[in-house]
Amino acid sequence: MTKVVGARLKRKEDPKLITGNGYFSDDIQLPGMLHAAILRSPHAHAMIKSINVEEALKAPGVVAIYTGKDLEGKIGPVPSSWLVPGCNLKEAPQYPLAIDRVRYVGDGVALVIAEGRYAVRDAMYLIDVEYETLSPAVGQKQSMQNDAPLVHDDIENNIAFHWKAGEIPEEVCENAEVAIRQSFYIQRVAPSPIETRAAIGQYNPGSGELTLWCTSQNPHIHRMVLSGVLEISEAKLRVIAPDMGGGFGGKIGVYPDEALVGYAARDLGRPVKWIEERIEHFTASNYGRDEVLDVELFGKRDGTLSAIRVKNTHNVGAYLSTMGPGVSTIDFGLMVTGCYKIPYASCETFGVYTNTTPTDAYRGAGKPEATYQIERAIDLFAKEIGMDPLELRRKNFVQKEEFPFTNAQGLLYDSGDYEKPLTKALEMFDYNKFRETQKELRKQGKLIGIGFSTYVELCGFGPSKVAGAIGFQGGVWENATVRVHPSGKVTVYSGTSPHGQGHATTFGQVVAEKLGIPMDDIELVFGDTKAISMGWGTYGSRSVAVGGTAVSIATDRVIEKAKKIAAHELEAPVEDLIFEKGIFSVKGAPGFERTFQEIAKSANMAWNLPEGLEPSLEAQSFFDPENFVYPFGTHIAVVEVDKETGQIEIKRYIAVDDVGRVINPLTAEGQVHGGIAQGIGQALWEGTVYNEDGQLLTGTFMDYAMPKARFFPEIETAFTETLSPVNPLGAKGIGETGTTASTPAIMNAVMDALEPYGIKDIEMPLTPEKVWRAISESEGK
Amino acid sequence: MAIENVNVKVKINGKERCAKVEPRTLLAHYIRDDLGLTGTHIGCDTSQCGACSVMVDGEVVKSCTVLAVQADGSEITTVEGLGDVNNLHPIQQGFWEKHGLQCGYCTPGVMMAMVGLLKQNPNPSDEEIREGLEGVICRCTGYQFIVEAVKHAAQIMRETEVQLVGEER
Ligand code: FES
Ligand code: FES
Repeated sequence: MTKVVGARLKRKEDPKLITGNGYFSDDIQLPGMLHAAILRSPHAHAMIKSINVEEALKAPGVVAIYTGKDLEGKIGPVPSSWLVPGCNLKEAPQYPLAIDRVRYVGDGVALVIAEGRYAVRDAMYLIDVEYETLSPAVGQKQSMQNDAPLVHDDIENNIAFHWKAGEIPEEVCENAEVAIRQSFYIQRVAPSPIETRAAIGQYNPGSGELTLWCTSQNPHIHRMVLSGVLEISEAKLRVIAPDMGGGFGGKIGVYPDEALVGYAARDLGRPVKWIEERIEHFTASNYGRDEVLDVELFGKRDGTLSAIRVKNTHNVGAYLSTMGPGVSTIDFGLMVTGCYKIPYASCETFGVYTNTTPTDAYRGAGKPEATYQIERAIDLFAKEIGMDPLELRRKNFVQKEEFPFTNAQGLLYDSGDYEKPLTKALEMFDYNKFRETQKELRKQGKLIGIGFSTYVELCGFGPSKVAGAIGFQGGVWENATVRVHPSGKVTVYSGTSPHGQGHATTFGQVVAEKLGIPMDDIELVFGDTKAISMGWGTYGSRSVAVGGTAVSIATDRVIEKAKKIAAHELEAPVEDLIFEKGIFSVKGAPGFERTFQEIAKSANMAWNLPEGLEPSLEAQSFFDPENFVYPFGTHIAVVEVDKETGQIEIKRYIAVDDVGRVINPLTAEGQVHGGIAQGIGQALWEGTVYNEDGQLLTGTFMDYAMPKARFFPEIETAFTETLSPVNPLGAKGIGETGTTASTPAIMNAVMDALEPYGIKDIEMPLTPEKVWRAISESEGK
Repeated sequence: MAIENVNVKVKINGKERCAKVEPRTLLAHYIRDDLGLTGTHIGCDTSQCGACSVMVDGEVVKSCTVLAVQADGSEITTVEGLGDVNNLHPIQQGFWEKHGLQCGYCTPGVMMAMVGLLKQNPNPSDEEIREGLEGVICRCTGYQFIVEAVKHAAQIMRETEVQLVGEER
């Protein structure tokens, strides 16, 4: 039989999706279902003087309207779930609806429930809210100033937290021969899954059970947090994540909106559906990034790097989101040295409240920012000392034999060989020849540039002990149950909860290979807290490394028990049993065999089991890894800049990633493509714009530039395989690598192209206008 | 002052269907909520994402931008009308074979748009496919495998002379 793990199999989940038989939130129709809409603040910062709902209540079909005051004492605030210790964290309570003051455009003011999709909107616009506007705090640097308006009256200088890690001896910086100082802004971007958020609540007054379907990347976290907010036992709250149209971090967070829907369904005793509009996604769903990075990189003229000092000023928005505080601290601050052996590092992070929508984890969460600053700084350093940027990278790489390697911030990188993907990338691309061509083209006045990004990323959340130590309000182990039916068909229950990653296929491959049964005999169940006892969801590229490992271990346990039954039936000692390709046989006794299906039947019928063995063939694993995993790789971008228009064209893009064991190369490549598109989106097009009044100017896909097909060349991908020692699959994590690596690769390429103009940095996104301006200004000098 | 509901009658995926709706009902909502064909999705409300694309009288239309009443009397094809699990349309085969989808939310609309493209151009180049994708947004796939999927579908169609939807059958 051919190997299943590592095979390029097409996905099990596709037949239903390509025939229109997916089951997404808005497809749910329940008898008597009502629709909900949330009236949101048009102001960034204002006092609510009064809310008049009289007219709205009279509108056809209206069933109920709730304001913040109505809910006071009935629903608690929605807490943040990452209370990073040692940083004087000040969490302001976020009530599901604003009570007397709104703090961002999109802050919920009233919840309207009515019969019908259109009726609820009609009614919503009849609510009359009288506001008294206040000056808003916009932009993190300004909002920290003494005279800035306060988002929360009792939080001084709007500082939500101040975190620090790492020490650099003064003389290291003072004695450095070279010091690069550069400020980078990682602009705010919108996760923008094509399916917006949604929640549907249904309450059974007889049993007291509340079922909440919602777009959640981690239904068990939703259950845990919402059971507190709604004061309902976890046993009575069932959270189901149906098919989901993407997440990208935007659906990790527990939002006020889901709490509201659950509350209304229980209060009214009727099902309630809320579907976020696209404009709400822009105003009310958590954003990613929004970090100002002041970076100093120190070293010698010969290219030896000695220290990196970073200050991150992070716009957390008006409230702390579910994962928000961890992103710019733990996720970012411990990774600032990237894949380099830099002896000293320090990171200081300010989390700043502003009158904008909260920010949370977005694909990569902190690691793309960390990679960006180090990869950009490396290029600047190389230029300063007149060294080839690739040579500087190589010189400072952590070497293969140094793994496991502890970086300057104390993280233990599991395994690595940074030269390997780089070498492979250079096999795909003739660098020396490129430099010659570049010289030629420059003479002709053409601006072509190359950018490297050699990255490493922390993935696979990851030891629960560590999670506790860093203030994460949950565990990060993973749960899987492998249940074998009497026929020998298998259902796998997993606590990860995918939304496009294809777990049914990849996890199925792990099980199929171990059990020697067809993929079609395996079904995966996820996303339902009633079916799965516990789990921690899908984010941070943790699914295969942690969830897949749990599946693998549970499968091993099934095999172990099945062996005992087979041995008993074949009257042989267990030690002599061999299980291969779905057949149990006895060593040295050909013909003495049982198929996996026969044993499945025996186990479930229990007519003849070994003494003391319980019936049924089912096993569970709660896998808690010893460490994170650290995928790495090399990306190369080649771009051409049109100096007349500032337009950037990507000429070539090469991605060589090392994500440990690749279970399915097809889905892995898909993840890489998607990730790269998002990372390039950050570099070139995407970006949220608030004006000085805190008004959002990018509230639809008409003014927020999403990556389109024709913007990209064909992406050339390859993998190298350096197994992780921290899980038996050897898997690392792939969902975020493309996003992490591509943004600096593109930026470095554009800066390389603009070298003749002496331009050091342009703020992302690199719109043609900005690039054109930078060129024109430098020409004017 | 209530405006009376109107009866909208269409032939959708080969079947005559009708439902009484408010005159302002969007075609997308009519198809999804009133006719119960939930394969067509809504992603943006502003006619940018293409997730709601369907074929009306042989033309690709963004059903979030059209009123149901405007489609009265027309012939509509949605993703459900392309093919079923046992008899996939070439475009569906292409998307499955080449991993042209991840979350699958944009996919029905993208496939309809691509059926429209192949109708005009049965042998498109990569560049032409990418241009043809201008009206749709997929956040998951990075588009490359969508391009592959469309090429694959085009090839199957050329080889088997499968008829496109919206043409005389
Ligand atoms: S929903 Fe119709 S184009 Fe986006
Ligand atoms: S597959 Fe998810 S948006 Fe296209």
